[in-house]
Amino acid sequence: MTNDLTKLTIAEARDRLRAGDVTSVELTEACLSAIDAADALNAFVHKTPEIALDRARAADERLQGREEAPAMCGIPIGIKDLFCTEGVPSQAASRILDGFRPEYESTVSRQLKDAGAVMLGKLNMDEFAMGSSNETSVYGDAVNPWRREGDATRLTPGGSSGGSASAVAADLCLGATGTDTGGSIRQPAAFTGITGIKPTYGRCSRWGIVAFASSLDQAGPMTRDVRDAAIMLQAMCGHDMKDSTSADLAVPDFEAALTGDIKGRKIGLPREYRMEGMPAEIEKLWADGAEMLRDAGAEVVDISLPHTKYALPAYYVIAPAEASSNLARYDGVRYGRRAKLAQGDGVVEMYEKTRAEGFGHEVQRRVMVGTYVLSAGFYDAYYNRARKVRTLIKRDFEQVFADGVDAILTPATPSAAFGLGEMSESDPVQMYLNDVFTVTVNLAGLPGISVPAGLDTQGLPLGLQLIGRPWEEAALLNGAYALERAAGFVSKPAKWW
Amino acid sequence: MLDLTYEPPKPKVIPGAKHDWELVIGLEVHAQVASKAKLFSGASTQFGAEPNSNVAFVDAAMPGMLPVINEVCVAQAVRTGLGLKAKINLTSAFDRKNYFYPDLPQGYQISQLYHPLVGEGEVLVDMGPGIARRVRIERIHMEQDAGKSIHDMDPNVTFVDLNRTGVALMEIVSRPDIRGPEEAAAYVGKLRQIMRYLGTCDGNMQNGNLRADVNVSVCRPGDYERYQETGDHSVLGTRCEIKNMNSMRFIQAAIDYEARRQIQILEGGGTVDQETRLYDPDRGETRSMRSKEEAHDYRYFPDPDLLPLEIEQDWVDDIAGALPELPDQKKARFVADYGMTEYDASVLTAEVENAAFFEEVARGRDGKLAANWVINELFGRLKKEDHSIAESPISAAQLGQIIELIQADAISGKIAKEVFEIAYTSGRDPAEIVETEGLKQVTDTGAIEAAVDEVIAANPAQVEKAQANPKLAGWFVGQVMKATGGKANPKAVNEIVQTKLGL
Repeated sequence: MTNDLTKLTIAEARDRLRAGDVTSVELTEACLSAIDAADALNAFVHKTPEIALDRARAADERLQGREEAPAMCGIPIGIKDLFCTEGVPSQAASRILDGFRPEYESTVSRQLKDAGAVMLGKLNMDEFAMGSSNETSVYGDAVNPWRREGDATRLTPGGSSGGSASAVAADLCLGATGTDTGGSIRQPAAFTGITGIKPTYGRCSRWGIVAFASSLDQAGPMTRDVRDAAIMLQAMCGHDMKDSTSADLAVPDFEAALTGDIKGRKIGLPREYRMEGMPAEIEKLWADGAEMLRDAGAEVVDISLPHTKYALPAYYVIAPAEASSNLARYDGVRYGRRAKLAQGDGVVEMYEKTRAEGFGHEVQRRVMVGTYVLSAGFYDAYYNRARKVRTLIKRDFEQVFADGVDAILTPATPSAAFGLGEMSESDPVQMYLNDVFTVTVNLAGLPGISVPAGLDTQGLPLGLQLIGRPWEEAALLNGAYALERAAGFVSKPAKWW
Repeated sequence: MLDLTYEPPKPKVIPGAKHDWELVIGLEVHAQVASKAKLFSGASTQFGAEPNSNVAFVDAAMPGMLPVINEVCVAQAVRTGLGLKAKINLTSAFDRKNYFYPDLPQGYQISQLYHPLVGEGEVLVDMGPGIARRVRIERIHMEQDAGKSIHDMDPNVTFVDLNRTGVALMEIVSRPDIRGPEEAAAYVGKLRQIMRYLGTCDGNMQNGNLRADVNVSVCRPGDYERYQETGDHSVLGTRCEIKNMNSMRFIQAAIDYEARRQIQILEGGGTVDQETRLYDPDRGETRSMRSKEEAHDYRYFPDPDLLPLEIEQDWVDDIAGALPELPDQKKARFVADYGMTEYDASVLTAEVENAAFFEEVARGRDGKLAANWVINELFGRLKKEDHSIAESPISAAQLGQIIELIQADAISGKIAKEVFEIAYTSGRDPAEIVETEGLKQVTDTGAIEAAVDEVIAANPAQVEKAQANPKLAGWFVGQVMKATGGKANPKAVNEIVQTKLGL
């Protein structure tokens, strides 16, 4: 029974909590024991069982015979370490934030808390959300619960929201928060056979989320299925006066939009996403997905997004540029780690030593790239040009939407999950290629969702991505819901941990 | 229009060993916006609070904190722009200026490099009656102030106070239109005056609420005129920037020193390095702040945490409609309405509170007389005791009573000064003082005639002298005034003395 509870979807748990069939404390205890048994996955990096049980008890109070309790009330979830949580370590998986416990709660996690959601702990991630494999974390790698058939190789859950993906896929929590700057929700969701949505830029408040690249960062839910994504996103998003880039728009009822009816919807297949050397099974998955949507009554059309090939280079100029500035505050002066100084060391040595030992290699690489592209004499050639490319990419999408396309179907990733350590020694650009299908969405500020759609020949999950019109998450979720129903993906990783 | 007409002042000329030199000066004035809260946070801007007590999470650059623009600060900058007859840009944007320093928690200052809120404007800098320099404003942008590093509290460590961090500043950038040290100081003074009229900056230089970076270069006579014709800056010479000046006196001294330093280099066959310098008031010299190798690359880029700042023309128009009368207009009006000199009008309009006090004194009374009394008696007295107009023990209404008593010939100017003194020290009403102390002027000609007769009768020798030399009639007037305790109307006494002496 206990184990079954952790396998519930948020929607199922909500209904049973409201019906009084189960208590939040029972759900929470089940998750806490699953977490304790899953240290091998290294998904949770700070467990908060006392907070969890306190909130679960409070949720049970609130639920007592009340049908109108919020949907997330009593639901045990995990929070990515990038979100500042009051009094709880929030380190963005970085050594430089050693010992940092914020005195404030991020807007997204506060909204979840206010809705009655139960925080089980903080989840592993790539350091400062910079990575696609969760290998840059100060806490060590998070591990994918999935394995290749007959192969015990430890696989990456993807990144940067690797801990979130691993925890949801391994039934350690019912849902988790993620953040997505270039694909950090959608890629790990695809690698672990779960659903992850990055909403339109400005839909979720960024207040209290440690910034990586401010013009690209968005929070979103990572859940077992599309309905759960709709329910959890509903609780996470909305206008926030504390974030100037947050949109002052009404939030529609996402779950109510899940009819599965996509008759007459126009789905575009961008020809530029057919990359050279793309594995045949990814190509097949994509074609199958298009077929499923067509069968469901959608009109599938070929479209062109001509500037796609410039997206990745532009992203790897803009994101590091913003990061180099956003991470300047980690200087050892006010909080987090300060390096031990030698006799006679001054402020410059304090900065240099603190940042040299506080930041990992990937973060240092991006800070240096970002500093370089913003420096005098290079600004126009790199940063300004990348901004122009970004405008063109945005225009590509606007054109396609203006032509009547409702959503765009692409693969979520160029491959299934790879082995931990397999890519870390190679050229970093190889790692960056993981984001090839997802970064365009961030550059254009659009909503994108990854839905599990099949298994590769080694038995690993693969995901498809749907990209929607700005602010039309409801329609996007409904499209994903139709795809999910058609794909009928029900596989779960075999428990080995 | 009420505008007065002005001639431009002559540029300052410094004679060198070989030939004459002229100065070219441009200023970047940093004015702290008068606002309760900071530019991007709700923390207080109160001066002199406990260190690090006015600090919001965003001011301390805590992880995940975001800036939100304070509309009051934007309105103040727009108001300032309008006061400087400047173009208001309905779309502007914030940029990050990146550099590391412990009193800059974010590691960047949020400023406006590429798209400032306020564009071109101008300021008329008064240099004496009929003379003024028209200084063009290039732009005004908004930015955050930094905190304060305190190096002298402990020999080994530096303390940081973040109270000032994030306070809104307006950076007012002039064109190189200023031609001498006195003009530079007067320019800062005029900006200060305008902003105090507008209520957009308290102008307190001691507290650092108004500071200036001064750009100085030297050129040969005629070069500036060539620049004016062609717009070619290169003829103006290489400039040096003297940073962070917070006293009018130091601004003048620093410019003077810097100009002479540059002249010496140029006349010795050298070249001036474009660099940033600091003025050392103790030694009266400027010193290079950092070498080229240490020069910052600020890596400016648009702040992705803030959307472009969009304001509505209607909103700007509302602010424009509610602007107070500004110093130039007020001065011209005082000259026109009260018939006073431009000099007196300048004195009275220097501070908006003074001008308001004067107008209350002058309302419905003799303006010229009121101006004299406010400037000479009241200001003189206040200055002696180092009081501001707000601390004046005598109210505008009370001073007005004195003016009225003089106008009505009820008291003489001399008695009026006595009454003023009593009112100033006791707070009593002038009308009551005159009544109670019996200071009312004697205008009854019968009484005056009797007094004149008495003096004439008692001084036959003087009568004879006066009849021979009418200039000596004044002696009789003095005697009569003495005899009447100063209360006799001097004009009446004079007339009667003249008649009685047959002059």
